[in-house]
Amino acid sequence: MTKRTLAMFAAALALGACGSSAPHNTGVYLLVDTSGTYNRQVSKAEQIIRFALSRLQPADSIAVARIDSGSFTEKNIIAKATFDDRPSAANQQKRAFASRVEKFIDESTPAPYTDITGGLLQALEFLKEKDTGRKEILIFSDMKEELAKGYVRADLPLDFKGVDVVALNVTKLRTDNFDPREYLSRLDAWRAKVEQGGGHWRVINDLDRLDGLL
Amino acid sequence: MSMSNLLAFTPWPPLSALILLVLLVTALYLARGTAHQAIHALFEALSRGFRLASYAVGNGEARLAARNREVLLAAGREAKERLVEREFVRVGDTVRKDLASYPDMQRRLSEAIVRIEEDQQKAVDVPPEAPGWAQAVEVVANIDSRNAGGVDILSDIHKSMVKAHAEAMEGYRKASSERHALLRRMMPDWRMIQDTLGRVNKSVTSVLERAVAIDRHMEEYGAIVRGEDRAVTVLSSSSVVYFFVSALVLAVATAGAAINFTLIARPMAEMVGGTSFIGAFRTADIAALVIIMVEVSMGLFLMESLRITRLFPVIGALSDKMRVRMMLVTFVILLLMASIEAGLAYMREVLLQDELATSSVLRGDAVAVVNQHLWITTAAQMGMGFILPFALVFVAIPLETFVHSLRTVMGLLAIGLLRILALLLRVLGNGSRHLGTLMQQFYDLLLFVPLWIETRMALAAAEEAAADAAEARAHRVDVESWQRQEAQS
Repeated sequence: MTKRTLAMFAAALALGACGSSAPHNTGVYLLVDTSGTYNRQVSKAEQIIRFALSRLQPADSIAVARIDSGSFTEKNIIAKATFDDRPSAANQQKRAFASRVEKFIDESTPAPYTDITGGLLQALEFLKEKDTGRKEILIFSDMKEELAKGYVRADLPLDFKGVDVVALNVTKLRTDNFDPREYLSRLDAWRAKVEQGGGHWRVINDLDRLDGLL
Repeated sequence: MSMSNLLAFTPWPPLSALILLVLLVTALYLARGTAHQAIHALFEALSRGFRLASYAVGNGEARLAARNREVLLAAGREAKERLVEREFVRVGDTVRKDLASYPDMQRRLSEAIVRIEEDQQKAVDVPPEAPGWAQAVEVVANIDSRNAGGVDILSDIHKSMVKAHAEAMEGYRKASSERHALLRRMMPDWRMIQDTLGRVNKSVTSVLERAVAIDRHMEEYGAIVRGEDRAVTVLSSSSVVYFFVSALVLAVATAGAAINFTLIARPMAEMVGGTSFIGAFRTADIAALVIIMVEVSMGLFLMESLRITRLFPVIGALSDKMRVRMMLVTFVILLLMASIEAGLAYMREVLLQDELATSSVLRGDAVAVVNQHLWITTAAQMGMGFILPFALVFVAIPLETFVHSLRTVMGLLAIGLLRILALLLRVLGNGSRHLGTLMQQFYDLLLFVPLWIETRMALAAAEEAAADAAEARAHRVDVESWQRQEAQS
């Protein structure tokens, strides 16, 4: 009788464990473009980061990295954190994270080139490693990629399966004003790249309407 | 095969259609008898099936009604037994309380009565002694006044009498004063007797009132035991009322439990983590729910130990010593739970403030406004966290009523449903029979031409037969008359 009861209890636990195997947390990787003239927009990125922090829950993960000449490196990660599952500890981590980001925004210097693909690759690695239930890559950039000599980013296999990619504050360049097709084709190219990789692409330019984000 | 192909066996489709129609009608006419039998058999079978099902459902309803009646009577009997038992306990308490002090009361009453009797004896009014001088005075008064010696004697006698009168009066006053003192001393005894008898009267009146109530309950109990219809009706309506009232109270209690849950669910995340899930539910929420359920269970056990509810006969059958122990244990657990909840409610407020501060920092607000009266909400939350577990203890009472009345109400509902179902099946059974007749009529409607011809032919045949019969009768009459004439000749 006791064995039977124990077996039933174990079965119930196993059932519960099966139900809880899927992670419910969120992983966010935010890429901030610091190249050229876009570096002036960086202060707006702080608003996005604070918004993301306010939306994230305990056990969620977040990382903020800059996009510069060579973005496929851990050195570009400005701050990263996986929040504790206790709400009070998570709140403390959020405050510490916000202060680190603030320091980066104050000290940000413009980079000569823009390696967006390298940053995306780094983001995918981070999110894959964290294995969160929901994965979001936020790109704060004009989406104009300019690679320095020697950097190879063409034909890289980017696996965006289960990843939402959101381009934020995609500003128009001076050349876009001459020929808007350039702007549209640039966005279309990124959309195609993300969707071919199995991801979901979105663009949000109005930073006052971030309700749909996260 | 399409319709055009079907009509193509002659060059003229209308002709083909007509031929087909004639063939069809002929075939239907030839098969009319068999078709009528088939239709009749089919719908009769359906009708019988429905009626049989209706009969079965009706039987089920009757069995359920009988069972429901038994359940109702048993529940009513049990409730009445409890009421009568309680009344007897109350009477017993009253009698025990008064009878326990009865010997003492009787002794005090006897002593008081003895004292009163003694005092009364002592206080008997003794009339003043009759003056022994009266006759002597009369004799002396009749002495001749010229006798001077008599005046002196009278004067002496007067003096002696005045003196004796004064002494007698003094003695009388003294005796009266003593008697009054004795009577005064009797007053407390009288009051004590009056109070004691008043108390006895009150107790006796109370016992008499209880006896009237017991009589009433016993009368109702007798009606239930005899299974009278009136008793069943009363119990049934009472059950429905109890069901709705207890459901209402349980709904209120559920709302209280929901508030309790809100108070402790957030801080539970600090204890068990805010991100682990069991199935689709957060572990913290489940933990909070479990705490509330444990509190409700402890409340149930406490009420059972106090013998207020009787959901678990095992607890009711425990010895008094064990029950008291169980009562203490459940109460201590409840107290601990309530204290933990108060702590969690405080923690909730702290967490809320922390979250507000974090939100403020993330919004970039310079200074967070501190509410001066925050302690009121904190204290209120803590108070609710402490009180709600004890309030939930009383859920046991409506829960017991709900469970007991649920059986009756469900039984009544099931009886109603079965009755409707039986009626529906009976209607379907009768409808099927009539539908069968209607279908036969519809079948004949398609064959109105051959049927009309058949009717005409039948009429003609009948007329011919009638004519033949008349002719035969006339012939027979002729033959009979001829035979009679022959016989006469």
